[in-house]
Amino acid sequence: MAKRSIVPFGPQHPVLPEPVHLDLVLEDETVVGAIPSIGYIHRGLEKLVEKRDFKQYVYIAERICGICSCGHGLGYCLAVEKVMDIEVPDRARYLRTIWLEMSRIHSHLLWLGLLADAMGFESLFMESWRLREKILDMFDETAGGRIIHSVNCVGGVQKDMDSSMLQDVLRAVSDLEGEMKPVVDTFLQDYTVQSRLKGTGILTKEDAVAMGAVGPMMRASGIEYDARLLGYGAYNELTVEPITSTEGDCYGRCEVRLKELFQSFDLIREAVGKIPQGPVSVPVKGNPSGEYFVRIEQPRGEAIYYIKGNGTKYLDRFRLRTPTTSNIPPMVEMLKGCQLADVPLLILTIDPCVSCTER
Amino acid sequence: MNKVSKSPWLLHYDASSCNGCDIEVLDCLTPKYDIERFGIINTGDPFQADILLITGGINSQTERVVRQLYSQMPEPKVVVAVGICACTGGVFKECYNIKGGIDTVIPVDVYVPGCAARPESIIDGVVRALKVLDAKQAALKDSGR
Repeated sequence: MAKRSIVPFGPQHPVLPEPVHLDLVLEDETVVGAIPSIGYIHRGLEKLVEKRDFKQYVYIAERICGICSCGHGLGYCLAVEKVMDIEVPDRARYLRTIWLEMSRIHSHLLWLGLLADAMGFESLFMESWRLREKILDMFDETAGGRIIHSVNCVGGVQKDMDSSMLQDVLRAVSDLEGEMKPVVDTFLQDYTVQSRLKGTGILTKEDAVAMGAVGPMMRASGIEYDARLLGYGAYNELTVEPITSTEGDCYGRCEVRLKELFQSFDLIREAVGKIPQGPVSVPVKGNPSGEYFVRIEQPRGEAIYYIKGNGTKYLDRFRLRTPTTSNIPPMVEMLKGCQLADVPLLILTIDPCVSCTER
Repeated sequence: MNKVSKSPWLLHYDASSCNGCDIEVLDCLTPKYDIERFGIINTGDPFQADILLITGGINSQTERVVRQLYSQMPEPKVVVAVGICACTGGVFKECYNIKGGIDTVIPVDVYVPGCAARPESIIDGVVRALKVLDAKQAALKDSGR
């Protein structure tokens, strides 16, 4: 048996913008084990629910993570609304869906860029992030912020989109769709990209089920499931088909996310076509009392939000299970047997979001 | 600003930010804002960095890492706190694991507020950091080092 050595990876390293620490157990160049340690971005946000009232906490929930901000705000609001029996106006449901799909596009484009960067394909990284700016401009126009947009509130949404904004969104989406085609071809057809992605980091369907993978990671292993099928927001009135791949490798995960981009374009078009007129929020009276679980599909997978109210304006408990938390055990399994040089790529293909995970 | 006296290399570290400012820092390097045209490169190596961009407040785990990164950078060095969390702790100030802004651990030269700080203001912060860097360079020369 070759001699084993342990290589620390992180927390500060050039691949990811976020601190992640892994102890890699190596036999020569092959990884035989990985021990993740987390806690570098732990702030203690769940506890903060005792110091902010339940309406103010939406702003904290949105700052759990800057990439999944829109979804976190929505998940928290959905849970509070369910406890308080608030019926959200139809227009607000559609607006939430449009913003959530826009944030999915922004998150997936960001991930594609980082993936290209991890492979050393610099120009593809720049191109993905250039395209992402179009969506950020739309966030800027419709919500007033590029990253943190604070659109959700308990009882609806804070801002309305007028018809010219909706048309701008549609135009941005079709521009993006046209310009995405060469990028998609590069990711899926290019020889160099395929040589890095195909066959690396295989997660079988059985492993994905046993270890509880979620989101694109699970769908890339061939499991047809998407939390959007639960029908929160306006998804019950839109067409959502889970996008799957049977490969289970890095290439499959890349393919699933690329196809989800186009699915999001279609969903935005459909939602803009169907959006009803009317108010965008309802007044909220009283305080939440009771508990509830909400599941929503974040760009990275299924997130679970739990709240427990005690009848005062401060909640007793807020709990969040993020998609990255569930994807870490399959990632550790995937790392076993890979080459040291592939480690950054494999970590990246689960689309880790450390801020969400550690809160 | 008439001319850039130096093309500084940046070191970016996420102390405990929500990612918002981090992706905006990366955004500065990509085609829309493209500060790389001034020779400003995001390096992962503290030994080659001139400017340390830190996002997020300090917590018990990152305190050690931030101190270490700061001590590894060569003189002259400038620290830019990006985002309101890095400046004061921001919305996370009352969290049990947040000690406060970056200046509770290492000296900060430039503060860039905002949640999330926009790329324009981050670039402005880097330009202001350049002036501080020039001043520190001059001071080093005067002291005969």
